[in-house]
Amino acid sequence: MTSATQTIEHKRIYEISPSRKLAMGIAELLIALVILFGFVLNSAPGTLTRFVMTPGGIDVGTMGDWIIPTRSTLIALLIITTAIGIYQLIRGFGRATNGMIGLCGLFLIFGFLTWQAGGTSVNLAGMLASAVLLAVPITLGAFSGVLSERAGVVNIAIEGMMLMGSMFGALIGSITNSTWIGLLAAILSGMLLSLLHAVLSIKYKINQIISGTVINIFSAGMTAFISQKYLQTNQALNNPPLFPRIPIPGLANIPLLGPILFNTNVFVYLMFILLVVIQVALFSTRWGLRLRSVGEHPRAADTLGIDVIKTRYVAVILSGLVAGLAGGFFTLGSVGRFNEGMTAGKGFIGLAAMIFGNWRPLGAIGAGFLFGFADAIGSKLSLLGSVIPPQIMAMAPYVITMIVLAGFIGKGDMPAADGEPYDKE
Amino acid sequence: MTPILELKGITKQFPGVLANDHIDLSLNKGEILALLGENGAGKSTLMNILYGLYQPDEGEIFINGEKVMISSPTDAIEAGIGMVHQHFMLIPVFTVAENVMLGYESVKYGDFLDREDASKKISEIAETFNLPVNPRDMVRDLPVGVQQKVEIIKLLYREAEILIFDEPTAVLTPQEADELFKIMRSLAEQGKSIIFITHKLREVLDVADRIMVIRLGAVVGETTPDEADKNSLAAMMVGREVSLVVEKEEKTPGDVVISIQDLVVADKFQNIVVDHVSLEVRAGEIVGIAGVQGNGQTELVEAITGLQKSSGGQITLLGEDISRATPRQITELGSAHVPEDRQADGLVLPFPTAENLVLCTYYKEPFSKGVVLQYQTILEHAEKLITDFDIRTPSALTPVSNLSGGNQQKVIIARELSRPIQFLMASQPTRGLDVGSIEYIHKRIVQKRDDGCAVLLVSPELDEIMELSDRIAVMYRGKILAVVNRSAVTKEEVGLMMAGVMPEEDFTAKKKHVVERTF
Repeated sequence: MTSATQTIEHKRIYEISPSRKLAMGIAELLIALVILFGFVLNSAPGTLTRFVMTPGGIDVGTMGDWIIPTRSTLIALLIITTAIGIYQLIRGFGRATNGMIGLCGLFLIFGFLTWQAGGTSVNLAGMLASAVLLAVPITLGAFSGVLSERAGVVNIAIEGMMLMGSMFGALIGSITNSTWIGLLAAILSGMLLSLLHAVLSIKYKINQIISGTVINIFSAGMTAFISQKYLQTNQALNNPPLFPRIPIPGLANIPLLGPILFNTNVFVYLMFILLVVIQVALFSTRWGLRLRSVGEHPRAADTLGIDVIKTRYVAVILSGLVAGLAGGFFTLGSVGRFNEGMTAGKGFIGLAAMIFGNWRPLGAIGAGFLFGFADAIGSKLSLLGSVIPPQIMAMAPYVITMIVLAGFIGKGDMPAADGEPYDKE
Repeated sequence: MTPILELKGITKQFPGVLANDHIDLSLNKGEILALLGENGAGKSTLMNILYGLYQPDEGEIFINGEKVMISSPTDAIEAGIGMVHQHFMLIPVFTVAENVMLGYESVKYGDFLDREDASKKISEIAETFNLPVNPRDMVRDLPVGVQQKVEIIKLLYREAEILIFDEPTAVLTPQEADELFKIMRSLAEQGKSIIFITHKLREVLDVADRIMVIRLGAVVGETTPDEADKNSLAAMMVGREVSLVVEKEEKTPGDVVISIQDLVVADKFQNIVVDHVSLEVRAGEIVGIAGVQGNGQTELVEAITGLQKSSGGQITLLGEDISRATPRQITELGSAHVPEDRQADGLVLPFPTAENLVLCTYYKEPFSKGVVLQYQTILEHAEKLITDFDIRTPSALTPVSNLSGGNQQKVIIARELSRPIQFLMASQPTRGLDVGSIEYIHKRIVQKRDDGCAVLLVSPELDEIMELSDRIAVMYRGKILAVVNRSAVTKEEVGLMMAGVMPEEDFTAKKKHVVERTF
């Protein structure tokens, strides 16, 4: 008997597409030009850039500042970027093309920071620490999306679930004066909204985008109403306790990484725990295999005796659980009070992170950090008095989201039956 | 001996159709029973009832003499029934092992998948029944023939005793089909009982022990391959005598009408599906593209008709470069398109027949003046085509969704062939049609060719390609492997090429000579 079976090799268009190769090379050379004219020629020789490597208010895991010569660093970045661009134009990087353009983007950001901080200092560690915190709601939003879309239900109501979660987290947290009960309320409100989304889109087969939009509008109105009617008139109802910073013994002492990742609040730890749990549950358990089969080919799952409807309900409700948790972060983990519309589109950016992360928890957290970092640069640099207006800097995360969603990165492995209601016939 | 499976008086009524009318069926252990009938005769409905996907209005099911209730696929699986569906129930992004065990998983430590254990069981089944697959391969990377083996392993993994094959050869090359028949035989020898659903006469005669013919939801006869032949089976299926051969005269082709140079097309995942294809079609000839479904034919056709952008190469129609032209520009140059999926791409189903008949021309005189449609003219035009093309419809205002598949296809044929055209792109023009309609549409296509039209025909049915084509291009994994004269090849040779096997040296040399002569 012949044991080996033949398989088909897929050739991809980017391996042969000359136009894509050309465009990427030109983009890389443009980045090099920006570094040259924007930064290198605008920097004085002999200035030094000082990166502070310990976030403010931290006394364990400190390290010394990192001082580099501004101009030489920028020239080095310029040379590497130009080399990448030229190689891309002449030979091409093949499969590594996307990675290379990403690397050039990173050089651009680093070059900008180096130039901006030339002659003064920037607290790089503080920027990274705030990037991690800013990444929390985005990443949790992306996890929420992964859970529901892997089962074939598009959930754009994550934004609304977060908003509702943050409001109820603040309200119940203030009443009970307990962070944990507040968090429970946030999670429950997210789950209730997701149950509504599940009933509308799975049972009544309403278009999932419409159902999600309706929930978003409902949440915005409902939270605004309660906020104006009760929270603002009675400030005692809008003064929840905050989760404290919990250093993890040992790990918190690691220089740079310790203060950023291991001396922070419970939401960051929960984010990492959920990363492992969701990744393992989806890809290594029977439960996950069945859930994914329902998102890929519900009819096949049905013919094998899997309950498509029930599986989808469970997935959407878990998605609401995670979205509610993300909502709780705003009021109980970050700000300490509820403001109208305070989620500011983080739920949608979370969906972008999910797509960017290829519907995988690991990818989602990577994308979440990228968006969080963009956010952090925006807010830090406007404090530093950059020549670029702070309003423009504040747009950075949204601009990056648009570029990512416009398919610059290429299409990923979207679940095949994503967004399609299942009809048993 | 009690039959392993017995159906008694199964009846299923759909709105407006009696899909199954008191059907009785019995299946013995180790037997291959062929269920023969045209599309829409009720074969698939009957099997979906047996598999628990539909509930019958009347009738009973017995397994080993015991009455059973099958109300879901889970019940059917428990009763030992397994089905290889016409459209595979496989998840392309899962591995073979994951697909096979889905719903019946091997687990350890509670709920964790035990892929090792599943792979081991799959390898054992593969060994026993001679179905070579690698449990770790991703299903999307497997050729269709192997995917079908995965489907069969799925049933054996669940220890099914009764195996239903629903039109299993639709996606296979003739060689793959022969291999499948061998597998079916060996399964039957090992005691499995098989129901084989098909509308292809040759297959029934090749593999079945017993043949049951169904027409319009009722059993019209039972026979064996020894007693029957193709003509008698066709007559039983259709209810009248039919001619199975197309008559066509030799013709000398004229000037090149369409020329494709180095065409590259990618699918939405950026996989290259049409890989540097070059081809010419001349006036007055039919070039048939043979190939198993999914080897790039769909994308090639979409690129030619302007429905999809090409990533490289050039298409020239009547001297004009149409690589970047819109479908309307291409149509106006004098080309016609009979699309592969008539309901999705060929017709606007809720529109009346008359409107569907002017979908390419409604904006021009005499069908509209300025922006106003001239309804009287459109109706008169429709009445004329309905008579000319023998479209069976209650009226010109009946929505096409109410017509039968054959008549829907005739609406498209009428719309496309009644225009003055020089190029016809016909993609699976007889897909899913009854023998009578096939006969008619073939005649019309040959007639267009005789009138000097260049015809490019795409079909996964090798018989259709062999009967209609003057030249045959074989497409395999996005490439044209060879272009040969119809008269210079046998069906077996083309079938081999469809599987990617190039003929031996001397054969190629002979063919090359022929190809050079035709150009």
